[in-house]
This record gives sequence, C-alpha cells and structure tokens, in this order.
Amino acid sequence: MIPLGHYLIVSAILFAIGTAGVFLRKNLITILLSIEIMLNAVNLTFVAFGRAQGNVDGQIITFFVMTVAAAEAAVGLAIVIGLFRHRESLNPDAFTSLKW
Amino acid sequence: MTSIPASIQAIVPMLSVTLAALACMTWEAFRDKGEPDRMPVGALGIVGLLGAAISAAFLWNGNTTSFGVISGDNFGLFVTLVLAAVGILTIMFSSQVIHRDGIVAGEYYTLILFAIAGMIMMATANDLLVIFIALEVLSLAVYVLTGIRREDPQATEAAFKYFLLGAFSSAFFLYGIAFTFGLAKTTRLDVISSFLAAQALSDNPLILVALGLLLVGFAFKISAVPFHMWTPDAYEGAPAIVTGFMSTAVKAAAFAAFVRVFLMAFEPFSADWAPIVWVIAAATMILGTVVGVAQTNLKRMLAYSSIAHGGYLLVGLVAANEVGKAAILFYLATYAITNLAAFGVIALLGARDRENDELQDYAGLWYSHPGLAALMTVCLLSLGGIPPTAGFIGKWYIFSAAVSAGYYGLAVIGVLTSVISVFFYLRVVVMMYMQERGAEAPVIHVNAISMTALTVSIAAIFYLGILPTQVLNSRPSTTCSSRGASRVRRGRPAAA
Repeated sequence: MIPLGHYLIVSAILFAIGTAGVFLRKNLITILLSIEIMLNAVNLTFVAFGRAQGNVDGQIITFFVMTVAAAEAAVGLAIVIGLFRHRESLNPDAFTSLKW
Repeated sequence: MTSIPASIQAIVPMLSVTLAALACMTWEAFRDKGEPDRMPVGALGIVGLLGAAISAAFLWNGNTTSFGVISGDNFGLFVTLVLAAVGILTIMFSSQVIHRDGIVAGEYYTLILFAIAGMIMMATANDLLVIFIALEVLSLAVYVLTGIRREDPQATEAAFKYFLLGAFSSAFFLYGIAFTFGLAKTTRLDVISSFLAAQALSDNPLILVALGLLLVGFAFKISAVPFHMWTPDAYEGAPAIVTGFMSTAVKAAAFAAFVRVFLMAFEPFSADWAPIVWVIAAATMILGTVVGVAQTNLKRMLAYSSIAHGGYLLVGLVAANEVGKAAILFYLATYAITNLAAFGVIALLGARDRENDELQDYAGLWYSHPGLAALMTVCLLSLGGIPPTAGFIGKWYIFSAAVSAGYYGLAVIGVLTSVISVFFYLRVVVMMYMQERGAEAPVIHVNAISMTALTVSIAAIFYLGILPTQVLNSRPSTTCSSRGASRVRRGRPAAA
C-alpha cells in the first residue's frame, strides 16, 4: 500500500502548480483552470487523509468541494464572458481601468 | 436524540432568509417579460430578515445547537442580528438606487438575501466544512452583485478581480481545512479544540501549516495586509450600495468565523498565531490609514478606511480575552451601521451615468443638500472615532481590550493611526461645508424609505455612542464551548 506521505506530496505539488499558474499565466481561462487544479489538489488531500483514517468522511467532504467548485466555475466563466464583451481580450494585463 | 423541532431551532434565522430569497427568485422567474418589476420584492426581503432578527432574539441565551454543526449561541446570534440590520438597511437604501441604475430588482434582492443567508450560516457555524460552504455561498452572491451592472466595464473588471482573488484564497482556506481534518480526524470546531489542547506541547509542523493556510484564507476575506490588494478595486468598481453591503456584512461574517476558529479551535496554539496576527494587525492599520490619506475618490478612500477598520478588529482578536471578543462584536455593529450609512449617502448622490464619488463632487454639498451633508458628517465622525458617536466607544473598547491583555504597542499604533485617519475623514467634511461648488449641483430627491434608513442609522450611531452599556450587558460574546479559564499556554505571547 502506498503510504500517506506520497499522496500528500503529490497533492502539495499539484497545489503549487495551481498557485504558480494563477500568478504566471496570461489567459483568464487558464487562470480559472489553475484555481480548479488547486481545489482538486485539496480534494486529493481529503481523500488521502480519509483513507488513512479508515473512514469515508474525507470522500464525502470531497463531494461538497466538487459542488462548490462547479458553482464557482459557473460564476467565474460568466464574469469572464462579461469581461470579454467589454475588452475583446482575455489577457489580464489588458484590464487597467482600475489601478491594481 | 433530540426531537426534530428542537434540533432545527438554531437554523431558523438562516431558514427565514433563505425562504425569502427563494420567494424573490421564484417571483423573478415567473415575471412576464413586459411586466414592470415594481413588485415589492424588497419588502419580501425585509420580512425574511425581520423573521431572522426576531427568531434570533427568541433564541438569545438559549445555546441551541442544530445537527451539531450550527450553534445558536449569543455570539452567533449577535452577528445574525447585525447582519439582519445591515440587510434591512441595504434593501431600504436600494429602493431608490436600483431603479435609477436599471438593475433588475428580483435578481438584486435575491442575491442580497442569499448572501445574508450564507453570512448567517458562517457566523453560527461550528464546523470548518460548514464555514467553507457558507463562505462560498456568500462569496458567489457578492461576486455577482459586484458586477451586477453588466454594461459598466469597470464593475465587470472589479467583479473579476474580486472573484479571482476570492476563489484563490478559498483554495488556501480549504487546504488548511484539509490539514486540520487530517490531524484531528474531524472538521468540528469543538472536537478540534480538545484535540489541539491535548497536543499543545507537540511541535507537529502540520498543525502550523494548517494554521497558516487558514490564516491566509481569512486574511483575504477580511482584506488584511498583505492580502488587501483586491479591496480598493472591488469597492471602487461595484455600485456604491453594494460596496456598502460588502464592506460591512462580509466583514462581519468573516470576522465572526475568524474569531470562532482562532479563539475556540486554535486557542491552545495562540502563542504561535498571536505574534503573526499582531504584525498583520499593525500593518493593516498603518497601510489602510496612510494610503487612505492619498486618495481622491471617496469610495476608494472608504475602501482603505475599511481596511484600517479591519486592522482595529484584528487588535481585538490578538487580545484574545473575553473583553476582546465583546469588543470585536460591538465594533462590528457600530462599524457596520456607520459605514453602510456613509455608502448609502454616496449611493443616493450618484446618477445613472455618473457616480459622483470623487472628492471634488462633494464640494459645497452643504449648500445643495444640507440634510445629506449633515448625515454624512455624522458617519464620517463616527468612522474617525470622535465622541459622542458609536465609533468612539467601539475604538475605546478595542484598545482597552488590547491594553488589558498587555499589548501596549498595538494600542499605541491603533490610537496613532486613528488620529491620522481623522485627517481624511475631516477633509471630506471641509469639502462639504467650506468649498463652493464650481458647476451647478444636480438636485437629488431622496425618497422616504431611504431617508428613514438614514435617520435610523444615525439614531443608532448616537444611541450606541451614548448608551453602549445596554448592548454590552446582554452578554453577546458567550459561545457554546467557551473555554475561557482552561487555557493552555505554551509561553508568554510576544507583547511589544
């Protein structure tokens, strides 16, 4: 059986990839996907811990997180579409009407 | 096994708001296309919120718990009452504003009500997973509210920035929950608390990782430095009344959960997090105030001011005693009413094509709208903490909590920054009274509902400022599993 630590390391790497994507990517859709990667990395952590504890709590929590992630993606994509209608661009550097 | 009616008592306030929201949504869905949206959906919302407030008053001192994860203790109920008040005032202000701005009433009120339902859930939640879901329920509604004027590019951009950083921080928060779950084998705050108390002397790095991630998530939501970058943008881009709503209600809900998680579950590790929160509180107060001085847009200035107020609230959290908890609650109530009223005035003064939120637009307001100018002055003085307004008592109480816990440095920083902040609040007052307006001022007619809301807020500001003891004597800070005396400390906190 694969030890718990391995799962945690994989999910930490996934989380780091997602975090890096949010900062480095120059496309709004890719940034949204990076956030999804972060959430799924957390899901992996939950499942790994749940399995290590020998109960299904972790897996049930994952369902909640997936639902939330779906709702979040729906709102996020709607906002991106609204933004694209105004700017005709998906590059975050083009949005400068508010100072950062 | 408790009987079903008893076990759902604690969720009645939340249920009442949710039902009102569903009714508003159904009404909007079945409205004919040509039919004007003049149906009193706002009144429906107020009924739901009043229901929440009344049921919260009935549950007072009851210490009910629903399903083990929602606790109707006084702490949560007090925040519920504040949230209901904020919601009612927001709806009253909106009655004039949203028709002017061409916002669809049904959608707008539905989102406000769902956001408040999420906030009440967050304030009364006793489980990390429930806090996360509540956080998302309220955040998703507020993201949409920020960008509800779809034709305005600035509002859409603000919504996106808010969404992006909000979703990003939720992921961190969730990762923190995952580690806590892995350690304590549960997400229930009371169980985590007893687990951590047993572990208080261990140096398990995972506990600190979980603590750090949760702290990052909360710091984003309450816009504490260095996670405040989204605040000025989101607050400036959103419609003024939505800004008022999210700068008060979201902050109140997030702080309630923050206090619950850190003063209940992670209390045994306060020696680890108190120094970090100390630094964050100091940085938040200083940055919010100093950058606020340089702003020329009133909404942006109040955004920085709300960052600074978040810092004062954090001082109460660092103090980590019963006085600190009560001080946070009192401060939340005063800040919520004051800030919402200030944004209400800004919203009322706007026009559809122009927001009129630059500092220049307020020149000579006293001559064109003496009533609004006077009300705005009271709000600004209260935000600055000048007696006899509520803001003064709130600040005094927070700083006395810090002093009684031995955090003199933090109290000194707090007093100094609030002195500086008076400068930029008074600048607006000087603008309103002592400058002539260059162009012809548009005459704005304020309807009776909005005027009532403003009058009630001002009355509340003076009431809380002159007779604060009644609120404080009602023991608002009692939590179900208040562990006060049985503290396990790993050492003296690093007081400056």
